[in-house]
Amino acid sequence: MNRPPSLQSRTAFASLRYRRTRDRAIEIVLLACGLVAVFATAAIVFILVKESLAFFAHVSVREFLTDTTWTPLFDDAHYGILPLVAGTVTVTGVALAVAIPLGTLIAIYLSEFAPHRLRETVKPVLELLGAVPTVVYGYFALLTVTPILQKLIPELPGFNMLSAGLVIGLMIVPYVASVGEDAMRAVPRYMREGSYAMGATKLQTALRVVVPGAFSGLAAAYILGISRAVGETMVVAIAAGMQPSLTFDPTQPAATITAYIVQVSLGDLPHGSIGYQSIFAAGLVLMLMTLLFNVIGFFLTRKFREAY
Amino acid sequence: MSAVARLELERIRRGLAWRKRVDKVFVVLGLMVLLACLGILVFLFADLVHDGAQRFGWKFLSSFPSRRAGNAGILSAVVGTSLIMLVTVLVALPVGVAAAIYLEEYAPKNWFTAIIEINVTNLAGVPSIVYGLLALGLFVYQFGFGQSIATAGLTLALLILPIVIVATRESLRSVPRAIREAAYGLGATRWEVTKDHVLPYSTGGILTGLILGLSRAIGETAPLITIGALAFIAFLPPAPVTAQFPFLSLEWLGSEFTAMPIQIFNWVSRPDQAFQSNAAAAGAILLGMTLLMNGVAIFIRYRFRRKINW
Repeated sequence: MNRPPSLQSRTAFASLRYRRTRDRAIEIVLLACGLVAVFATAAIVFILVKESLAFFAHVSVREFLTDTTWTPLFDDAHYGILPLVAGTVTVTGVALAVAIPLGTLIAIYLSEFAPHRLRETVKPVLELLGAVPTVVYGYFALLTVTPILQKLIPELPGFNMLSAGLVIGLMIVPYVASVGEDAMRAVPRYMREGSYAMGATKLQTALRVVVPGAFSGLAAAYILGISRAVGETMVVAIAAGMQPSLTFDPTQPAATITAYIVQVSLGDLPHGSIGYQSIFAAGLVLMLMTLLFNVIGFFLTRKFREAY
Repeated sequence: MSAVARLELERIRRGLAWRKRVDKVFVVLGLMVLLACLGILVFLFADLVHDGAQRFGWKFLSSFPSRRAGNAGILSAVVGTSLIMLVTVLVALPVGVAAAIYLEEYAPKNWFTAIIEINVTNLAGVPSIVYGLLALGLFVYQFGFGQSIATAGLTLALLILPIVIVATRESLRSVPRAIREAAYGLGATRWEVTKDHVLPYSTGGILTGLILGLSRAIGETAPLITIGALAFIAFLPPAPVTAQFPFLSLEWLGSEFTAMPIQIFNWVSRPDQAFQSNAAAAGAILLGMTLLMNGVAIFIRYRFRRKINW
């Protein structure tokens, strides 16, 4: 173009100014989207605390934590969270009894023994186990696993925490295996070489050098697994029954915190009633439990990433 | 060699042979556990298909829920799930990608950014039913959206937001610094660098993350129950496309809905065996959709990884 140079640079500057302003505006939009995450957390805390405060205006914290019956929807209402916590703990315990040994075994196998190609093929397929919709797992627990278990334990009731826990355990195996494997592969190669040089076999190296070296990472895998099991809802709601009862016996039916929330939501409770508020109080307890585990898990994973 | 030394050598050899055998046993054990886990997945799918076998067919797909198990179908559930997923994609994709771009390309390294990052990590660990409680308190009552498709879509969008953000960030991070520097060197602004160079290279990773997120959202039941989804919906929401100007209608957003997982949950909790066959058939379809989405995500990841050579 044959415009005088000064004019050309002036339009160039104008366009640069426009582009910079546009950049600034876009940055603000992007930041706003980033803040959605902060907003969501704040909203969760706000809603849970607000409705829980209304709940605790009727029910003393003391009764909530010490009463051994949970019957908020009955005429003779009791508001003791303990039975729900017991159910949650029992189901989680069963789930961990499955997920920790299997998950650890698979993690050790994949990280130390499996050939590269097998590992790369199997890992995504294994993740599918964690991707199965929970309602489908619920069907599986109630109509497939429970009948099989009833052949082994004839007096097992149709709803029980055992089959729910077993299936949840299966569900979190890939999760434990994947986080655990990451932790073990973060153990540097020279530590293994040192062990081999001393005449140890692969398994000895894996169990006595790699596993202790990856301890905080494995612990993180377990704790994050716990947090998943605690928050799992549909399997329990379908297969474990919805009757709150203060028992740690996995062959019994019982409700967990999550199952109670589902049970209330299925009914038609008026907004603002004590039953409505009680699910938020239960949700707050659930949130605090998982938050605790997530925070511990977060720091443990950070530790194993920094260790070497 | 003295007899003692020979004996000692023999002992060491035996020990070594034994330890090597233990190693082999462990390899077999590991492989068996792995195969057992995968076998359970196959068994689960086969079990559902078997239990629901006599229900598959056009009639099942094109019928509304019914009091009689043999007449019941999943039409309203499929339509409901599709519309909810539409809302979820339209919200989670732009917001998630924008948040990831901010965190990866723009954010200064300070406490404020750290707060956003901690929140994203934290949200990924919140149990899904808590999202349901959030939606019940906030969307249903505070904002007055009611028990609608919009509420369900927004809830699931929030739920998968961390998945989309994390996947997008990883994908952006894998674009080499040199590409950005080259664009800056030619005078591009930060947004121009991001839009014209970094984003096109990250499409594969973003798409993978989005599909994985959707495959999670499509099976989520608990949050939908909490906001009050109904199982018995014998009508379809108003169509999004209309014959009159302006041809698009948003009325469906406010419509009541049912969804695949809700329908399955409702059927599985009935004692009648005929309904449980329905649950199995619908479960097989839902599981098939989930596995398909995961397969596509894995495929895309694989393709893009192979195609790009920096």
